[in-house]
Amino acid sequence: MAIELKMPALSPTMEEGTLAKWLVKEGDEVKSGDILAEIETDKATMEYEAVDEGTVAQILIAEGTDNVKVGTVIALIAGEGEEAAPATGPAPAPAPAEQAPTAAEAKSESAEAPKKAESGTDQLAVKAKAQVADPDIPAGTAMVKLTVREALRDAMAEEMRADDRIFVMGEEVAEYQGAYKVTQGLLDEFGARRVVDTPITEYGFAGLGTGAAMGGLRPIIEFMTFNFAMQAIDHIINSAAKTNYMSGGQMRCPIVFRGPNGAASRVGAQHSQNYAPWYASVPGLIVIAPYDAADAKGLLKAAIRSEDPVVFLENELLYGRSFEVPDVEDYVLPIGKARIMREGNDVTIVSYSIGVGLALEAAEALAGEGIDAEVIDLRTLRPLDTATVLASLKKTNRMVVVEEGWPTCSIASELAMVAMEQGFDDLDAPVMRVTDEDVPLPYAANLEKAALVDTPRVIAAVKAACNRG
Amino acid sequence: MAKAPARKTAAPKKTASTPAPTSNRETPRDPAPYEATPEELETFYREMLLIRRFEEKAGQLYGLGLIGGFCHLYIGQEAVAVGLQSALDGDKDSVITGYRDHGHMLAYGIDPKVIMAELTGRAAGISRGKGGSMHMFSVEHKFYGGHGIVGAQVALGTGLAFAHKYRGDGGVAMAYFGDGAANQGQVYESFNMAELWKLPIIFVIENNQYAMGTSVNRSSAEDQLYRRGESFRIPGMQIDGMDVLAVRGAAEAALEWVRAGKGPILLELKTYRYRGHSMSDPAKYRSREEVQAVRDKSDAIEGLKKLMLDAGIGEEKIKEIDKEIRQVVNEAADFAESAPEPELSDLYTDVLVEQY
Repeated sequence: MAIELKMPALSPTMEEGTLAKWLVKEGDEVKSGDILAEIETDKATMEYEAVDEGTVAQILIAEGTDNVKVGTVIALIAGEGEEAAPATGPAPAPAPAEQAPTAAEAKSESAEAPKKAESGTDQLAVKAKAQVADPDIPAGTAMVKLTVREALRDAMAEEMRADDRIFVMGEEVAEYQGAYKVTQGLLDEFGARRVVDTPITEYGFAGLGTGAAMGGLRPIIEFMTFNFAMQAIDHIINSAAKTNYMSGGQMRCPIVFRGPNGAASRVGAQHSQNYAPWYASVPGLIVIAPYDAADAKGLLKAAIRSEDPVVFLENELLYGRSFEVPDVEDYVLPIGKARIMREGNDVTIVSYSIGVGLALEAAEALAGEGIDAEVIDLRTLRPLDTATVLASLKKTNRMVVVEEGWPTCSIASELAMVAMEQGFDDLDAPVMRVTDEDVPLPYAANLEKAALVDTPRVIAAVKAACNRG
Repeated sequence: MAKAPARKTAAPKKTASTPAPTSNRETPRDPAPYEATPEELETFYREMLLIRRFEEKAGQLYGLGLIGGFCHLYIGQEAVAVGLQSALDGDKDSVITGYRDHGHMLAYGIDPKVIMAELTGRAAGISRGKGGSMHMFSVEHKFYGGHGIVGAQVALGTGLAFAHKYRGDGGVAMAYFGDGAANQGQVYESFNMAELWKLPIIFVIENNQYAMGTSVNRSSAEDQLYRRGESFRIPGMQIDGMDVLAVRGAAEAALEWVRAGKGPILLELKTYRYRGHSMSDPAKYRSREEVQAVRDKSDAIEGLKKLMLDAGIGEEKIKEIDKEIRQVVNEAADFAESAPEPELSDLYTDVLVEQY
């Protein structure tokens, strides 16, 4: 019985990939550890190793094929008698834990794509179809489809071409091409002087970057994720944010700290949290958390140009999502301006980053039930565009805040306070918030699912706010 | 075996030099005491005396309630800032230090009036009254602070050095920190990157023997702090920080090394602070006799005075300088006491540079 080789999941968020190259051909003998193929994921090109011994009987997916779903059978290996016996396919060596569990796979033996272990973050990665508007983009503007990852990279590259003071520094930003591929290609274009791989030393390189900004450069400091920036938070807050004030306006610190923030998929409590409320509480910082690719590009360019220190919070689960981006030269957006993603009259749903997708999906579902929701993407969390939020509240008289993060001392609680202080007379119902549960993020798929925000919870909260529960 | 208690005499008797090389790696040359002209001796004296009188006055004003919060005086350590900074090129080199920063600013020729006015929290202060004793900057003089978090200035200074190298402007960064900061983790993160990338930086440990009230021996497994760069291949020198000519001589050797593109160097200046860590120091951790012994035997200003007499600068001249300095300090204090406080509207300025 032949062993089925299946398209492996090479990262927690990988759903499909490109079979870039076969390094074996039909009839070849292979043994454990041989490199069979190169598979390109959204993050990197990875080698696919053999686990079992045998002969390549058949190659089912030709090299160069894109969008091969995880779990698709890509080749058959004819093994020796005893090796052919196991029913399970070979687990990919680099990330065996990510392969479908044996039990699940046994049940769907004949299925093309065996069921992948679920993640609570699946519920975050909604494909919102709602008509998204951006009144700031003139009608008829040519658009190009870009992933958030590409938009961020383009923003950095464009700014670096224009200003030699800008450099990118962080772990794996250069030769590895970015741990999440965001800095892909920058080393080739700008060289090692301006694209600098660091040792694993967050406190050190955040301080170095801050000092370089004080000394007149324009650093972009990448944290592999913002979880690791906690080791460096002293420099972000005590050194970068306060310098201009403490020096009576004499010494500036134009720096961008950027990287993925918020829950990722199945990585447990230490690698999954949203720091937006932490940084947004600090005077002296600009905090930006974009949702789509256009905002990622336009706001990162603005952040790099800003004279102030900026914390730029990206989201790993959004990196691979494609959005329309205006195909114009030098697309820069204003910092501190929220965006009305969908106009509506009955209720205002406010969110930022990945929560915007949930808000849009909920709005679409609610429209079918006769609730016309307005969706606001805050985009910048400090300074907060309270004017846009309050104007919407004045129109709808009801507000729900959606936040992929903890509820306590959150952006949601801040907005509720803003509504109470400045929009009390406009409120027909208490402000509602839909957030993650108030627990460290668990690993188990079902618990993770229960801990994170999802669209049904948004819908329920909106209905409650509209007295339609 | 228990560590020996803090040494009774603070400074080594003579200029110590680089340790014997452990490999055939290149090492900096042995520093030699600087050969100063009588004019230079006079300049050093003026600067050191200015720091001492200024700090004594600051101590008085603190006692009168005119200076608040934390106030860390530099008395005793004057030869370090004066000896090192006199060797720098003011047009291209940059300096950063911790919160015991008054002396470094004075040694850089920054007007004592605006420093004192910052201490009293006045609008005319160098940070417009919003920084205070620990947070003073002069971008004009390439003096980058004035940092209140112990050790932070080492990583920031490494960034200044990175900027010098990035721009290729030939400048060197000098990052001062104390024996206390020498135990902070980010210092070693900075050492690693500085040597890895051969950044033009002089790391200066001002070893005044006490991190607040904890002596070096009670806090440091390796108490010979000039060796702290060894595992990063950063050469170190231990220098008598109570001798301004030894300090200046070491600065020249260090600058030679760094300007030649050989990467960072570490200087340990053995010095001593006569006053408490800050104004609220209980002074329980060392004896009065210990402090007095250093003052009697190793005082940097008294030592320099002897050299001046030897060089033919008469008592009269020295007295004249003393008088001048007192005058400068009194004027600074008067200015700082009478200058107005910041406008209340300044509370909200300079939080951000741009409008959003």
